Amino acid sequence: MFRATRQFFTSVALSLFALSVLAEGNSLLNVSYDVSRDFYKDYNPVFQRHWKTVSGESIELKQSHAGSSKQVRAVADGLEADVVTMNQASDVDFLAEKGLVARDYARKFPNNASPYTSTMVFIVRKGNPKALKDWGDLVRPGVQIILPHPKNTGNGRYTYLAAWGYALNQPGGNERAAQDFVGRLLKNAPLFAAGGRDATTTFMQRKMGDVLVSFESEAELIAREFGKGEFEVVYPSVSILSEFPVAIVDKVVDRKGTRKLAQAYLDYLWSPPGQETAAQNYLRPRNPETLKKYATQFPAIRTFTVDEVFGGWAKAFPAHFKDGGSFDQIYQQK
Amino acid sequence: MSASTSRSRVLPGFGLSLGCTLVYLSLLILLPLSGLAFKASHLSLAEFWAIASGERALASYRVTFGASLLAATANAFFGLIVAWILVRYSFPGKRAIDALVDLPFALPTAVAGITLATLYAGNGWIGRHLESLGVKVAFTPLGIVVALTFIGLPFVVRTLQPVIEDIEPEVEEAAASLGASRLQTFSRVLLPAIFPALVTGFTLALSRSIGEYGSVIFIAGNLPLISEITPLLIISKLEQYDVVGATALAMVMLMISFVMLLVVNGLQWWAASRHRGDGPSDGEVR
Repeated sequence: MFRATRQFFTSVALSLFALSVLAEGNSLLNVSYDVSRDFYKDYNPVFQRHWKTVSGESIELKQSHAGSSKQVRAVADGLEADVVTMNQASDVDFLAEKGLVARDYARKFPNNASPYTSTMVFIVRKGNPKALKDWGDLVRPGVQIILPHPKNTGNGRYTYLAAWGYALNQPGGNERAAQDFVGRLLKNAPLFAAGGRDATTTFMQRKMGDVLVSFESEAELIAREFGKGEFEVVYPSVSILSEFPVAIVDKVVDRKGTRKLAQAYLDYLWSPPGQETAAQNYLRPRNPETLKKYATQFPAIRTFTVDEVFGGWAKAFPAHFKDGGSFDQIYQQK
Repeated sequence: MSASTSRSRVLPGFGLSLGCTLVYLSLLILLPLSGLAFKASHLSLAEFWAIASGERALASYRVTFGASLLAATANAFFGLIVAWILVRYSFPGKRAIDALVDLPFALPTAVAGITLATLYAGNGWIGRHLESLGVKVAFTPLGIVVALTFIGLPFVVRTLQPVIEDIEPEVEEAAASLGASRLQTFSRVLLPAIFPALVTGFTLALSRSIGEYGSVIFIAGNLPLISEITPLLIISKLEQYDVVGATALAMVMLMISFVMLLVVNGLQWWAASRHRGDGPSDGEVR
């Protein structure tokens, strides 16, 4: 009995050890948010080829995708991510607070450590029957708007802040007016979808709502691939710039000895091939030349950043999305 | 008929198996639950109360427990019919139907939620017809009931089946030959035998529904104060990295569920003892 137990534990320990040896050095785990799946599926082979020519090594790249804050909690709880690639700074901030990521992670890479950006745009049905041109049109009575949960999802939060920033920008705009505006906008939502893709399904397949607000990357995917010819993308007069920060998880790479590889993996996102891959996935490249090359795909749009209007995610998050924040206040006024 | 209370045991090793049980239950249930209680104890009573009795929290309890009760009740009724059909009659396709009942166990809950939402949405196969009658299901509290009914059905059916199998058809014939009407046969002979299992099935379906997140989230609509379930509020707290607040809500759910289970178990015990008290040997059906 005891011998059997000991044998069992020994074999478990041995196989774990073997696994960890295999995993060391020549493999990376990239823990990412949900819809980046498509991008990294394309980017990883590009980097693997690059690394092979540079160093001659074959490497293994593993991906993990789920809701971003769920992913970050998993990393904080011990998921051995070498790098994290997120869709919102507040998620990486959490890892910085826990000491897993450098506090100044945003300055370790160019462009606020965000290799590509996106923005929030409207997707409407063909011909734009309700003539929805700008954020102001979305609060008209009788307009139905589909969006993911504004408090619980990154996608929904960007939409919320985009509408808020638009209202602030209007003549006589102030915090009070902005909250009132966003409140009216949310009243036009018949539901809050569980996530970005769920909102897309609800709008496209279940044919609910007059307008879907989502990332430009998602919108282009819908208009060009999923529902070709049935939908149109509308660019509002102004929108928010969503940044997608990447970071090295210091604690993990130092222990596994993968720092060099992790650094190269993230650096290469800014290389022309990396930027092209982003553009092909409808993510706005930072490199001006790549952007110019794909100019037809990315119409010029006036954007503001979370840092400019809200003083950064560290301030925006508690003010709007924590319990008792502006979102909750909207639903307490009733 | 009476349970055997023989003291001599066939298999040895009571000590070992009890030890095994205790360790297993502690690791799987007791430890995580006490961790939950410990985490929640970081809050003062006033803070705990503020979280637990917020306007949206209260609304979410109503939605969660209301929908779960409705779904479990519907399942108790229709599950009984399904179980009865499956045990008492043979018909073509019976095996397939029997297997179908287990599907909600096996299907990933998110898949169930998305499928149901698509079916019951305004342009879905079912939703289209309901909408023309003025009934909206998907993205309303009614949608939550539909999802919970779906996931709860097998609990009732699978609990009832063996019990119904144990009742010999001759019992019904005897009752009929002694002059009992159909209603009397059902309410006086069959129901008392089935009732404890029915309550168990109901309870299982209910407890499963209360904690359900994956399927509900896709069909609920998730509007604050209207169609927000408590597990969504818990997730919402976790999204803010507010683990303590999340455990506070979890503790409230746990306590309400515990009280509900206690009441249901009490009911079951009462029914069982009453049934034993005036057994059929006294010549009730004459």
